[in-house]
Amino acid sequence: MNPVNYLYLASLLFTIGATGVLIRRNAIVVFMCVELMLNACNLALVAFSRMHGNLDGQIIAFFTMVVAAAEVVVGLAIIVSLFRSRHSASVDDASLMKL
Amino acid sequence: MSFPLLTATAVLPALGAIATAAVPAARRNAAKWLALGVSLATLVLAVIVLVRFDPDGDRYQLTESHAWIADFGVRYELGVDGIGVALVALTALLIPFIILAGWHDADPLETGNTRWRPTQGFFALILAVEAMVIISFEATDVFLFYIFFEAMLIPMYFLIGGFGDRAHEHGEETASTQRSYAAVKFLLYNLVGGLIMLAAVIGLYVVAGNFSLQEIAEARANGSLEMATSTERWLFLGFFFAFAVKAPLWPLHTWLPNAMGEATTPVAVLITAVVDKVGTFAMLRFCLQLFPEASKWATPAILVLALISIIYGALLAVGQRDIKRLVAYASISHFGFIIMGIFAMTSQGQSGATLYMVNHGISTAALMLVAGFLISRRGSRLIADYGGVQKVAPVLAGTFLIGGLATLSLPGLAPFVSEFLVLVGTFARYPVIGIIATVGIVLAALYVLVLYQRTMTGPVKAEVEGMPDLRARELVVVAPLIVLLIFLGVFPKPLTDIVDPAVEHTMSDVQKKDPQPEVEAAK
Amino acid sequence: MENLIALLVAAPLLGAAVLLCGGRRLDAVGHLIGTALAAASFVIGVVLFADMVGKDAEHREMGQHLFSWIPVEGFQADVAFQLDQLSMTFVLLITGVGSLIHVYSIGYMEHDERRRRFFGYLNLFLAAMLLLVLADNYLLLYVGWEGVGLASYLLIGFWQHKPSAATAAKKAFLVNRVGDVGLSIAIMLMFTTFGTFAFGPVLEATGETGEGKLTAIALMLLLAACGKSAQVPLQSWLGDAMEGPTPVSALIHAATMVTAGVYLIVRSADIFNGSPDAQLVTTVVGAVTLLFGAIVGCAKDDIKKALAGSTMSQIGYMVLAAGLGPIGYVFAIMHLVTHGFFKAGLFLGAGSVMHGMNDEVDMRKYGGLRKYMPVTFVTFGLGYLAIIGFPGLSGFFSKDKIIEAAFAKGGTEGWILGSVALLGAAITAYYMTRVMLMTFFGEERWRSRPTASPAEPSVEPAAEHHGEHAEPHPHESPRVMTIPMIVLAVGSVFGGAYFSLGDRFIHWLEPVTEHAHGHPPISALTVTAATVAVMVIGVGLAWLQYGRGPVPVAAPRGSLLTRAARRDLLQDDFNHVVLVRGGEHLTRSLVYVDHTLVDGVVNGTAATMGGLSGRLRRVQNGYARSYAVSMFGGAAILIAVTLLMRAV
Repeated sequence: MNPVNYLYLASLLFTIGATGVLIRRNAIVVFMCVELMLNACNLALVAFSRMHGNLDGQIIAFFTMVVAAAEVVVGLAIIVSLFRSRHSASVDDASLMKL
Repeated sequence: MSFPLLTATAVLPALGAIATAAVPAARRNAAKWLALGVSLATLVLAVIVLVRFDPDGDRYQLTESHAWIADFGVRYELGVDGIGVALVALTALLIPFIILAGWHDADPLETGNTRWRPTQGFFALILAVEAMVIISFEATDVFLFYIFFEAMLIPMYFLIGGFGDRAHEHGEETASTQRSYAAVKFLLYNLVGGLIMLAAVIGLYVVAGNFSLQEIAEARANGSLEMATSTERWLFLGFFFAFAVKAPLWPLHTWLPNAMGEATTPVAVLITAVVDKVGTFAMLRFCLQLFPEASKWATPAILVLALISIIYGALLAVGQRDIKRLVAYASISHFGFIIMGIFAMTSQGQSGATLYMVNHGISTAALMLVAGFLISRRGSRLIADYGGVQKVAPVLAGTFLIGGLATLSLPGLAPFVSEFLVLVGTFARYPVIGIIATVGIVLAALYVLVLYQRTMTGPVKAEVEGMPDLRARELVVVAPLIVLLIFLGVFPKPLTDIVDPAVEHTMSDVQKKDPQPEVEAAK
Repeated sequence: MENLIALLVAAPLLGAAVLLCGGRRLDAVGHLIGTALAAASFVIGVVLFADMVGKDAEHREMGQHLFSWIPVEGFQADVAFQLDQLSMTFVLLITGVGSLIHVYSIGYMEHDERRRRFFGYLNLFLAAMLLLVLADNYLLLYVGWEGVGLASYLLIGFWQHKPSAATAAKKAFLVNRVGDVGLSIAIMLMFTTFGTFAFGPVLEATGETGEGKLTAIALMLLLAACGKSAQVPLQSWLGDAMEGPTPVSALIHAATMVTAGVYLIVRSADIFNGSPDAQLVTTVVGAVTLLFGAIVGCAKDDIKKALAGSTMSQIGYMVLAAGLGPIGYVFAIMHLVTHGFFKAGLFLGAGSVMHGMNDEVDMRKYGGLRKYMPVTFVTFGLGYLAIIGFPGLSGFFSKDKIIEAAFAKGGTEGWILGSVALLGAAITAYYMTRVMLMTFFGEERWRSRPTASPAEPSVEPAAEHHGEHAEPHPHESPRVMTIPMIVLAVGSVFGGAYFSLGDRFIHWLEPVTEHAHGHPPISALTVTAATVAVMVIGVGLAWLQYGRGPVPVAAPRGSLLTRAARRDLLQDDFNHVVLVRGGEHLTRSLVYVDHTLVDGVVNGTAATMGGLSGRLRRVQNGYARSYAVSMFGGAAILIAVTLLMRAV
């Protein structure tokens, strides 16, 4: 199969993820959308690797997975502690990221 | 490969800082002892460096060199000359006293205010500053130096902003506001200086192709590295500006009184006795070696600024009502002397300036720490709140007087040697400036004696009555400093022997010769 | 033998260190340790003196090199001592008179709880002064020079709880510092001219440089001497220095401190010899000061301040003599030594009077004390006769020689200087007689009076009365105080004659200072006769005014000159208005400028940046999603730009 199709799929997934991040309010869903974007990138990287015939893309994909795993741990912890203190997982309730 | 001694002097306090920070909150005292132990161990290492250093040997000794960021020619290069070794020793010497003097400064407040005061943090930050200052004195790679020159600001910022005098006239709220103001001011001034220096560092890389001080200086000296006059001047100004902020030179001095006034006394000592020395040291090492021609070009202007610093700082010290700010302005005056000595471009001036850095560190530490003990007893920094202390606490008053006499450079105490050398060195080349600078001597006597008279003599004030004399811990802090002041005043030879060859190298870098005495010149 | 020189300094220095660091444990024996070490130094001095006398005049100079002090490229300062006849004279004077004052202080300070510390400071004073006269180079001399300043600061301000004492101490140190600047500039000039500042090389090389340089150096040295020796224009500290305990005044005025300036000039003789201009200035300074001090001395009612005026005046004589060059050096030093005896005696006598009079210093509240304090009266009286130059006593010999030398200067200058010196002798006789009469003769004005004397309706401020509620009971001082006074009185009587017979003193000092015989335009006998005559006139005038009738208890208003003289000829007022006030305004306005202008420029920049960032800050609303939008937007723009760039 033409590897370019994978790229189409990847950009589709990325767009879905990005849209989700922007319009959903539930932090968990936003979080999952972020994961979706990350995996879209992974897909694209693997596709590139295939297209160019070397392993660089695949290696970076592995890196991304590891980083994503770490990010999940930290992100979920933040969400849980936010939920504990505010009894809500809505991202619009939290505007603490300013001075 | 031999044991990396210089790295060890910096790594040890750095590790100590981490370890101190990691001590659990309940074991607060353990953190203090740990910090003190680490600082003493660093002192031992510094003494070993001092002993291993051969004044008549190579210019840079105990060198270490490793590739670091190869793509940009950045190397991890350390090495000390006589000037560096003296300042490393000074730093390592003062830190234990600073830690000991600040023993209770970061204790949690008693009931009534539950604000968390991180004791461990205080001591960890001091050790972190020590590590960075030491490596700045040792770095012979411009980029490496720059990194730590800037990084030093971070722990200093927290030390100034996070910890203040325990009691304050206007309550904790105002004090905290003033503190953050002082800390931010400190940070901004130095960041701006550092930013301009960064531009100059990059510029230097573009011109020279690497960051190695020795290589560049050598290439400059043997003519293989040409710099356009204007390029050299701009780069010089970029470096000098950052150092002049740090030093501080008039008119870039206004952060110092705020920072020293608001910080706890040990931190104030850390600022003026240790951290600021990086500025003057860097002028001597980087400005003169990298840009000899531009240094000579800028000399007249810098000497005038230094002269203004001397007299202006002294006059403002006379006008201060706050003990700590008074010492801060006095320091500005003294930094004027140091910078004057560096740029007088004579052996006496530069030797004097280097000795001055060391002696000023010790004398200010003595004066300021005793002032801190005084302030902690009464809870006020205002001179007018004291009077007659001499009667109730004679030892405190006596040590305060000796610290003051050292500050006014009384012969027999260490600062006299350096001040006189600076004056003679300046006078030999620029008689008028030398003579005007002597006004600073009279003014120094004025501000010290006025301070002493108002706080220590006269009838005993009601609030001062019953004030305890120096405690054992405080005496342990002050007594060695005083002994050192007297020793280096009577017998400074060990220090001059180390410093002198390094100064000769610097003099040959700028291709300047000492003016001949008239009688010999005539022969 | 040479190795003993360092011990001269070391003994009192050790005493100072032990007494000041020793703590309360030493309170009981502190005064004994201090006195013993001062005396030890004197003994060492005598041993060295005996050794020196045994040698030829040409080989008497000794030296001791201790260690290299400040070795820097091209700059050598050593801790090294030099002991020649000039230094020897000073060593004996300092340690001898100093030890006597130590002994006296044992009694005088008996009831002071800080007596140990007092003796520590006294020892420090001696050590600094000895270092000053023994140093073999100007920089080490400078150490002693400022050390003396420090010791005087500590001693003048010894009663620190009195604000006036603390202020006087500070003033003494500051005025001295101004003089010290002169010395440091002189050393710098020597360094740039000769490449060294050790006595030997500098004084030998004076011929190799121009007169201009020598004049500059000499004038700077003179400025230094003015500060230490309380010469016009730096004399203002001396009167205030009376705030210290009386033994300190004796020490400052007789053995140490004020004599340092004269030493410096005589030691630098070759420099002054090379510059007639500087010598002229020196003589003028001396002449002005000797009149100035004498006039001030006439108007003071405070016995110590009257004596202080007289010191100023007598040191003026010495500076005048030193300015005359080789015809005067020896006499300057001779007068210095005899003055050391009688002035120390006078001050100790004054202290003894105060001791018996509840620390009253106002001579108008003395009177008729000769009955109650016979020893003090006799010793003080002998000192008095010596200072006014009564024939046969020591002041007569030394002062007469100076007046002679002043005339011998030649030309109009000689006449003017000689007349001034004569006039000074008359005034000296006048004010010293006044002191004598007011203190020991006349009615007993210290007895409680029902009211102030009827002729004088009480206009004194109440503050002056506070000490009067208890009527003093004048009594003789204990023996520990009177014996030093007796010894000094003996010196005051016979010292001059001993020195002058067979020109002993001249032969002693000649190898160091050179000596030329002056040839006054009038015969020496005439000068002597004139000196005696003016002395008699001075005494007579004083007797007419204070001896015949009763002395009013409250000072009369007096003429304009009297009032000015009472205020130290307005020098302090000038200082206050010009220096103190002016300085205060200057520092205050600078503090303001620093805060508003220098800081303001920076803060202004910061405020502008702050305003700008305030605007930008609204973009940061804290919602994660709006940040995400800006991220995606930015990324989209970047991609678009990249693609466009490709396309182009």
